Amino acid sequence: MTRKAYIAGVAETPLGKVVDQTELSMVALAAKEALAEAGMSVKDIDAVFVNYMGEEGSVQVGEYLGIEPRWGDSTDIGGGSFEAFVDHAVLAIEAGRIEVALIAYASRQRSRRNRQLAGADDSYSIWGQFETPFRPLMPITHYALIAARHMHEFGTTPEQLAEVAVSARHWARMNEKAWSRDSLTVSDVLDSPVIATPFHRHDICLRVDGGGALILTTPERARDAAKKAIPVLGAAHGHTAWNLSQLGDFTHSAGVRSGRSAFAQAGTRPDDVDVLEPYDNFTSSVIMQIEDLGFCARGEGGPFVEEGRLRPGGGLPASTMGGGLSYNHPGALGLLLLVEAVRQLRGEAGERQVPDARIAVAHGIGGVCNSSAATVVLGRE
Amino acid sequence: MSKAARETWGDPTTAAFWEAAREHRLVLQRCADCGHWQFYPRPFCLECGSSALSWKEASGRGRVYSSSETHMAPSPDIETPYVVAVVELDEGPKLMTNIVNGRCRIGDRVRVRWREREEGPPIPDFEPDPEG
Ligand SMILES: [Zn+2]
Repeated sequence: MTRKAYIAGVAETPLGKVVDQTELSMVALAAKEALAEAGMSVKDIDAVFVNYMGEEGSVQVGEYLGIEPRWGDSTDIGGGSFEAFVDHAVLAIEAGRIEVALIAYASRQRSRRNRQLAGADDSYSIWGQFETPFRPLMPITHYALIAARHMHEFGTTPEQLAEVAVSARHWARMNEKAWSRDSLTVSDVLDSPVIATPFHRHDICLRVDGGGALILTTPERARDAAKKAIPVLGAAHGHTAWNLSQLGDFTHSAGVRSGRSAFAQAGTRPDDVDVLEPYDNFTSSVIMQIEDLGFCARGEGGPFVEEGRLRPGGGLPASTMGGGLSYNHPGALGLLLLVEAVRQLRGEAGERQVPDARIAVAHGIGGVCNSSAATVVLGRE
Repeated sequence: MSKAARETWGDPTTAAFWEAAREHRLVLQRCADCGHWQFYPRPFCLECGSSALSWKEASGRGRVYSSSETHMAPSPDIETPYVVAVVELDEGPKLMTNIVNGRCRIGDRVRVRWREREEGPPIPDFEPDPEG
């Protein structure tokens, strides 16, 4: 069954290094731009879905925009929360409780230098008692430990990890908004400094300023959109563990179930997907997400990405704006995955357009240890 | 020993773990009804729901489930490189730790080695297990 909600507008906030705006003003500007695509104004918004916008984030953003929404959601399942927001918002739209949802995010983590890699030891959180005393880099070490286990079990190689970064860079070179656009080879990645084995510098995403906004609405309201509205065909999410010690099998994530559910709702299969926007916080994450979503069998993600399969012209174009590795990673990447998926399906991605893209998947993950996953399947009418 | 190290450490559900740690004993919850070993502690058995849990000393031995050598310190006072690992205990549960006194690969046998610290009770590092 096709779900009955449409993405009627998308926008990026200013990206990269943002010194002339605040997080709130960035969100407001992106919302205005997305609303213009939807043929709407701020007063039309009746539901606000935001994360990492301060305490009671949806309340703060609603106030800043001068609206009093009848639905608020600041669910925090990490960087993929925004794919989960689509899941939530579609349900609320289908139930007739809301008509126009704003999903938004902005961060100036680069300019404000407010990202912490060290967790605090404390004597009352589980994390502070049993994980931070061993000095993991949050979340680099956690994902490194997950990647190392994947390599151990399946023989995934550093070269295969590096190929993910190289592929993302190929796409970024065609996106003038991408932060990193210099050429990058597999040996460049392998020669970059080791941060935490198996990760080199280039296996790890950017830390820059950015964000975006998205308008989700009913089929009726979507008809007024100034640009082509994109239907949500399926959406699902779930989560596993916050402390790494509690994560069962490291090579298995909540994405297995969210992917299966989203594809079933959409009546599509991985084979039907023209564009994949995976959550590339680390190169290894992409390899595991390809397996989770069923593009290949478990353990075969490494060989799958070889020979440029994710690159422009490859069999599975992925991270088509350059991803978190080369385009932008503002601390939470999920919203920007949706923005790019919509642009690809509208056919407005310019030089990096995937020809005749009809089905796109935005797959978010989050948490310090692959803790959550949320899959959105989008189509073109 | 610092004041923090002497004070009751942990929360009401974990204090027993840290009391045992002061004596260099690694203890886990064990379910009397189904035999499940549990870490970290909860008020009931996650396997069967029973509240009949008691603290039992674990063997302190296990295998490296994954490990990562860190070359970038999370804060300036920490010396690199050092190895963060997840160890799967012979009793079943996994825990995060540091590997000390030698190198280990995934799958290698390790045993607990307590590390004293100023800010609280000792924490369980692991080292290569000479008995294999
Ligand atoms: Zn039990």
